[in-house]
Amino acid sequence: MSEAHTLDVDRIRKDFPILSRTVRDQKPLVYLDTGATSQKPTVVLDAERYFYEQTNAAVHRGAHQLAEEATDAYESARARIAGFVGGAANDLVFTKNATESINLAAYSFLNATLKARQGLVLNPGEDRFVLAPGDEVVVTEMEHHANLIPWQELCAKVGSVLRWIPLTDEGRLDLADLDGIVNERTKCVSIVHQSNILGTINDVALIGEHARRVDAVYVLDACQSIPHMPVDVSTLGADLVAWSGHKMLGPMGIGCLWGRTETLLAMSPFISGGSMIETVTMMGSTFAKPPARFEAGVPMAAQAVGLAAAVDYLNDLGMDNVYAHERALTGYTIDRLNELPGIRIIGPANNIERGGCVSFVVDDVHSHDVGQVLDDHGVAVRVGHHCAAPTCRRFGVSSTVRASLAIYNDERDIDTMITAIKDAQRFFGVRA
Amino acid sequence: MRLEDMYQEVILDHYRAPHGKGLIEPFDAEVHHVNPTCGDEITLRLVLGSDGSNPIVESVSFDGQGCSISQASASVMHDQVNGMSLSQAMASVGAFSALMRSATEAIEPDEELLGDAIAFEGVAKYPARIKCALLSWMAFKDAAAQVSARR
Repeated sequence: MSEAHTLDVDRIRKDFPILSRTVRDQKPLVYLDTGATSQKPTVVLDAERYFYEQTNAAVHRGAHQLAEEATDAYESARARIAGFVGGAANDLVFTKNATESINLAAYSFLNATLKARQGLVLNPGEDRFVLAPGDEVVVTEMEHHANLIPWQELCAKVGSVLRWIPLTDEGRLDLADLDGIVNERTKCVSIVHQSNILGTINDVALIGEHARRVDAVYVLDACQSIPHMPVDVSTLGADLVAWSGHKMLGPMGIGCLWGRTETLLAMSPFISGGSMIETVTMMGSTFAKPPARFEAGVPMAAQAVGLAAAVDYLNDLGMDNVYAHERALTGYTIDRLNELPGIRIIGPANNIERGGCVSFVVDDVHSHDVGQVLDDHGVAVRVGHHCAAPTCRRFGVSSTVRASLAIYNDERDIDTMITAIKDAQRFFGVRA
Repeated sequence: MRLEDMYQEVILDHYRAPHGKGLIEPFDAEVHHVNPTCGDEITLRLVLGSDGSNPIVESVSFDGQGCSISQASASVMHDQVNGMSLSQAMASVGAFSALMRSATEAIEPDEELLGDAIAFEGVAKYPARIKCALLSWMAFKDAAAQVSARR
């Protein structure tokens, strides 16, 4: 990694119009909820506006000039976004969000299994997606519901078994029995790269080796990693990598699924309709090659253009610098929280192999109430189970407070949060 | 100050020392309600007696976990509906539901039906917290409907 340069947070903040607004009686907004969704820089908003004002048309349809320009804009966006993660344009599928990306992966198993059980012809390589009763799918105990429920549903429908890698008390994967959990019955391993609740960065290469050894399809949920660190999807050992646009400065309504070429070619579509076909007769249809195979209907072109602008913006900053900035700020956040009495960090309480999602509980004050006091100070954090209820249960809490960091945050934001936490303790009478 | 607006002293008192917490045996109906957005949950038990032909709320008890608003609301609800006729208790539920809409609708709170629950008026200004306040009242309504349906 090249030497990192410090980000100029004051200058960056000027690129985000929303950060200059006030909340709750003229308090400056302290936005520490990027793990839920990031704020958007002007260049992203401008790119979407320009698309609608100048080139709006349904892409991949029609022969008029606007249709051509819209298609160019959409496909150029695909190439830039794919390039951002070290992939080729044709290996990048646009979806509604990361949840849909993971469902696309899960439904590829369901479709392949249904086809096989009816004796239908499979795509080349699709046998990897066929599940027999008793076959296993592996996740971890720190998954977001988006990378848990689709697999639970899949297993329930086809009679497969869902297994998971448990957690240590520190909030890391307990790999002691990895050989037993990922075994010859394992057909799919789908794990989170960086936990949205614990912040833990998982050793995806190591788990990938185990998945490859048994030829299991390896899926990564990279929602919290790709926006915050340099990620090259081609070196992770994964078959499929899912993430969302709106957590990486892009618009809502666009998600991504990168796949190895042969993996995508093997998969059958789960949403069908216009644009994803080759030949259609009343008797049946054949499907386009990826990525079009998985993009039925008029796609989210303006959002793709906006996300490409976000990628350009991040490239200008340099992902090495983004990572270095957030890593330093994560360390500062953890140090300040560790200093406070009556605070327990849920997840690694150090800055080793972890990212900028920092969850904690305040003794004797419910997370909702902490969040309310923070909100009163203008501090926006997420409170609740963060769509990771089993993870919360693992640590004996029903909810946590989560601060999640981005390029537009600095130590002043953390200081304001710390002051507000102390105020919550005072307000609810647990500290003087 | 906004915070004190929502967290009235009476709410904090009920939160620190809740009334009706601890499940009572026997019971006519037990319900379990959750707030899926935050994970708060309540188990509520109801015993209905009768005064001649009128059903009476003989006892309502609960257990659960949640924020100060949801826990205090359950405690206040317990104080308010215990001993009421069922029809009056249901009217209280209606009055509390109306109170939670009072930030966006012109609603005159019915202080008699609400009792201490009037203190939750400030919560109505925070849409994210309305569900917390309503959790126990909706659980009570559900339990009452179950007992009534059986009789």
